[in-house]
Amino acid sequence: MSSFLSQLDPVSLLSITLITATPLTLAALGGMMCERSGVVNIALEGIMLTGAFVGYAAAFATHNLWLGVLAAIVAGMLIAGLHAVLSINFLVDQIVSGTVINILAVGITGVFYRTFIESQNRAGPGTLPQWNIPFFSDIPVLGPIFFQNQFVTYAMLALIVIVHFTLFHTVWGLRTRACGEHPRAAETAGINVYFVRYVNVIASGALAGLGGAYFSLQQIGNFLPGMTGGRGFIGLAAMIFGQWTPVGAFLASLLFSASDQVGSRLQSVFHVPIPLQFLGMLPYILTIVVVAGAMGRAVAPAAVGRLYKKS
Amino acid sequence: MRERLHVDWLINSIFVPVASVAAGFVVAGLVVAATGADPLLAFTSLFQGAVTNRNAFPETLVSTVPYVFLGLGVALGFRAGLFNIGAEGQFYIGALSGVFIAYSIHGLPAVIEIPLAMVAGMAGGFAWASIAGFLKARFGAHEVITTIMLNYVAFLVANYLVDTPGLMLARDVSTPRTPDVDVNAVLPIIVAGSRLHFGLILALVAVPLVWFLIERTTIGFQLRAVGFNQGAARAAGMSVGRTMVLAMGLSGALAGAAGIVQVLGVSRHMTDTVAAGYGFDAIAIALLARSNPWGVLPAALLFGALHNGASFMQLQTDVSADLISIVQASVIIFIAAPAIVRWIFHLRPEAAGSVQITSREAKTPV
Repeated sequence: MSSFLSQLDPVSLLSITLITATPLTLAALGGMMCERSGVVNIALEGIMLTGAFVGYAAAFATHNLWLGVLAAIVAGMLIAGLHAVLSINFLVDQIVSGTVINILAVGITGVFYRTFIESQNRAGPGTLPQWNIPFFSDIPVLGPIFFQNQFVTYAMLALIVIVHFTLFHTVWGLRTRACGEHPRAAETAGINVYFVRYVNVIASGALAGLGGAYFSLQQIGNFLPGMTGGRGFIGLAAMIFGQWTPVGAFLASLLFSASDQVGSRLQSVFHVPIPLQFLGMLPYILTIVVVAGAMGRAVAPAAVGRLYKKS
Repeated sequence: MRERLHVDWLINSIFVPVASVAAGFVVAGLVVAATGADPLLAFTSLFQGAVTNRNAFPETLVSTVPYVFLGLGVALGFRAGLFNIGAEGQFYIGALSGVFIAYSIHGLPAVIEIPLAMVAGMAGGFAWASIAGFLKARFGAHEVITTIMLNYVAFLVANYLVDTPGLMLARDVSTPRTPDVDVNAVLPIIVAGSRLHFGLILALVAVPLVWFLIERTTIGFQLRAVGFNQGAARAAGMSVGRTMVLAMGLSGALAGAAGIVQVLGVSRHMTDTVAAGYGFDAIAIALLARSNPWGVLPAALLFGALHNGASFMQLQTDVSADLISIVQASVIIFIAAPAIVRWIFHLRPEAAGSVQITSREAKTPV
């Protein structure tokens, strides 16, 4: 009976929803930086996978989780840099370039995982510690949800504010949005469109790379091939549903992860006779419905996905 | 002028793809070297596993068969401006619907049972893919997101159907799988002593058929028109939405054909485990073929050889079979960015307008 009640506990439900929304939100924030500057980024999935792997490998080698987190971010920036080179300099179709990175990530993580990690017998680096913020973590309801988390989740919450501020209250944000809406006009106004796009694409790699660290260093303390399981694409959908705004994307990410949690609880607590597989479909179907429903009203950056050649 | 066009054609259709594949192997070799293994040894065993070992070449052709159908499907989508990244899900739904017919019917001659199962498989793939086509045409939902999501749903559907007693789960089996298909639905072996089956002939027939469909029929003309310029197609009185749904459906039907041919020719039943990667392989093949059905044939053969050789390589040298993903990704980079290849080989810049592989209109945001 007590486990029944604890599983029903709305506080724990909200807490786990916030935690599992972490990689979705980070992917969505990354996609947003990128797309606001006019570059489509379907590579988020591959960037997260790379971040998850490199972060784990670095933590494994150095016995230091924080170096792992740093390595995940740097790896994300590097592979996103490839997306930038291909789509900005070589004018490769941005969808094709993103696909390349998704395939490349599977290959690179698979090959190096087999050589360096799989055969090792020693224990992994563990998971990032839970930090209880003094005083705040004791507040009923809000404490356990917001102030008893691990690093990546705190970072995600902070980054929502930072990305919002950067995009809408700084000169850089204004330039970014100008490049995404009308690159020609931006260039005429003296903005270096290539430079702005480069920085934003690489920043999106940092965000998604941190999202990757969530999987290997925060959630399970291990790396498994393909462990991101489509979360990068769901994050992209969250960005669209959130109308390319940080707060909107965060709320959309919460919705997706809640659908996942509610589904599994329906079965484990109420024994609703719905096959496990159908509950597993919920977030994916919700993503499809949301993308279809949101698209009509969405205000995408006008120049997103269009190749731009400096005049 | 005519000579210049001829030279351009040679460069674009022969030299750039071949150079891209070569460059892809160089990149993969560097990665192998980075893991501490010997790239030459790895590629030698890859080649042995794909071509020279006993029965290796027929096995390579066995792997090539689904790739031909999958590559044709994605290429057809490209021509209509659609980026069908969900060939894998369509493959499974096609295999599921086809295998259901193939194990349910009994006692009919093979010339009836095989086409019935094929039609069911293609219909399954068509229906599944046209969901994404409809969502794009009606709501503007980008097919890259919807087809990926439909992949995951398809895996779970397959898992549910194959795992649930009373649905498609066979009786008295240790691992969940469907019953075996009827003997008369099995595609005959065409090379004695190997697993090479009649699906190869079907794949070889599919290539000219798809070429004819795209290049010589009204439907094909509409597909290409919508892919090239939606506004102009609409102005010419075509229904852009209906053409999109149809193009996506046909693309999925070919992926479904790959699924059911694989079941009827090789496995003869379906399990609930999902071997990932067909969808991305298909994209690489279609890009390498520059969306030309004839080009799909050599591209599919190459990927069939890679796929088949990779497992032998992993066995022999302990280099992960995932290495071929690196070859694929590099090949796509060089194909999609001919500027890089031209820069490496000091070729003159390409004539304007001929760079595009996927005449896509970036209208719907991702």
